[in-house]
Amino acid sequence: MDKQKLEKTANEVRKGIIRAVHSAKSGHPGGSLSAADIYTYLYFEEMNIDPKNPKDPDRDRFVLSKGHTAPGFYSALANRGFFPVEDLTTLRHLGSYLQGHPDMKHIPGVDMSSGSLGQGLSAAVGMALAARLDNKSYRTYCLCGDGEIEEGQIWEAAMFAGARKLDNLCVIVDNNNLQIDGPISEVCSPYPIDKKFEAFNFHVINIDGNNFDEIKKAFDEAKATKGMPTAIIAKTVKGKGVSFMEDQVGWHGKAPNDEEFEKAMAELERAAG
Amino acid sequence: MSEQKSIATRESYGNALAALGEEFPNLVVLDADLANATKTLTFQKKFPERHIDCGIAEANMTGIAAGLATTGKIPFISSFAMFAAGRNFEQVRNSIGYPHLNVKIGATHAGITVGEDGASHQSIEDISLMRTIPGMTVIVPSDDVEVHAAVRAAIETDGPFYLRFSRAASPVINDGADYHFEVGKGITVRDGKDLTIVACGNEVYHALVAADKLKEDGVDARVINMHTIKPLDQDILIKAAEETGRIFTVEEGTVIGGLGSAVAELLSCKHPVSVHRIGIFDVFGESGSWKELLKKYKLDGDGIYEQIKARL
Repeated sequence: MDKQKLEKTANEVRKGIIRAVHSAKSGHPGGSLSAADIYTYLYFEEMNIDPKNPKDPDRDRFVLSKGHTAPGFYSALANRGFFPVEDLTTLRHLGSYLQGHPDMKHIPGVDMSSGSLGQGLSAAVGMALAARLDNKSYRTYCLCGDGEIEEGQIWEAAMFAGARKLDNLCVIVDNNNLQIDGPISEVCSPYPIDKKFEAFNFHVINIDGNNFDEIKKAFDEAKATKGMPTAIIAKTVKGKGVSFMEDQVGWHGKAPNDEEFEKAMAELERAAG
Repeated sequence: MSEQKSIATRESYGNALAALGEEFPNLVVLDADLANATKTLTFQKKFPERHIDCGIAEANMTGIAAGLATTGKIPFISSFAMFAAGRNFEQVRNSIGYPHLNVKIGATHAGITVGEDGASHQSIEDISLMRTIPGMTVIVPSDDVEVHAAVRAAIETDGPFYLRFSRAASPVINDGADYHFEVGKGITVRDGKDLTIVACGNEVYHALVAADKLKEDGVDARVINMHTIKPLDQDILIKAAEETGRIFTVEEGTVIGGLGSAVAELLSCKHPVSVHRIGIFDVFGESGSWKELLKKYKLDGDGIYEQIKARL
């Protein structure tokens, strides 16, 4: 998929996010939009997955450790064909399989239930370890939030992955710089993020996480890196793609009202060209 | 019941894992720097490539096990009950319980018989915590024979299991030819008509000692080995309530939320009788030898006898 196509697809993923969160009247658009390009690249370019065979034992794995940005994840899965795009508007509704946070028991394509921050990376490490034990070549990807990495368990997992040289593991940190209580640099700064992962024996790549050229280069480099896991620190803009949500902490966990929904969708339609 | 043969259930746990490793190639064992104490070292010596020491990081060990289980492995995670169930509660709840993953938690050093280490390491809350998690099977084996049976059952049954083991030696009581273990089925280890003592873990032995003493006073006590706390064997309890009336429960843990609570919850609606819970009464433990502690907290044969006698 060329860059233009990826951008078009990411725009569709963003529309799905807005539709889902608007319909749910709750949910997390900010961090879903910031990571939309990463979700898109993973599911349309990078990962070896088959929507018709979501449980293939040899598939690449993905764990959304920052599980609250499920709308972005679900939208990527739906657009990739794991389930109907129309179902996105059932997000968080009673009886829907699209639970507020990823639920591996009911959602096709979800490899691990998540949502309680800090826990997903450990599960991803377990998957990467299983591949090594079984001599399988699949890779495991894990998306963490930059606020989420304030959780200590992330560093327990990072220490283990570095010590065991799990080069089949790729961690992506969505560095949109905002958490619920404000800028991460002000709440309880996890910076410098790159140096921390380096200290835990990761190969670290800093990129613009909303730029497909840089995203592609980073994932290629991660795959070529042997003897250590990779951490991609993806600098992103929270709320990316919807002007009034961009870099606004207030859109971390708030749904657009009808008027805001129309405005956001109009912007995304225009961006689609 | 032979008192001469005694073995700590944590020791039996390590032996059981080692014995089953060959038959179950998907079995993997994780530890958090306590392999020598939890006895998973026994497995490690035989199957080094399937023993993963995660270092002193129980939360991460729990998540790794969850990830391994999604690929078809059958991971056992081991640590002291304080950390396996206590520190880890939310990891177990969200990373294992909620997705109902096939992870087995082998928690050793449960209860006050941890002994000299004192209250910080004496988990009395773990049964209560673990049984609140939907879909979690909770088993407290009473001796070596039962540990081997329980570990095998845990491997052969899909879903999360919490297995509780002790540091102190337990006399072997289940070496009879007719012994049969089934998850969720209590075992009447002594028949009686005047009252029923329901016990789990190493307290089954002490309950039997108490029943012998009661017999000398002319009280005929039934003793049930309730190795599975969840799912609880309703039939055996309702039958006991119908036939003997009064029920006493005995566990090496808090009376808040554990075996006694489970029994009381069931009987209060299915067949109300007097249920008296014997265990730790809302206090922390302390340092001392395990024998001294069982005596002080009235959880040895004499202590159980005394507590029951006081209510007759």
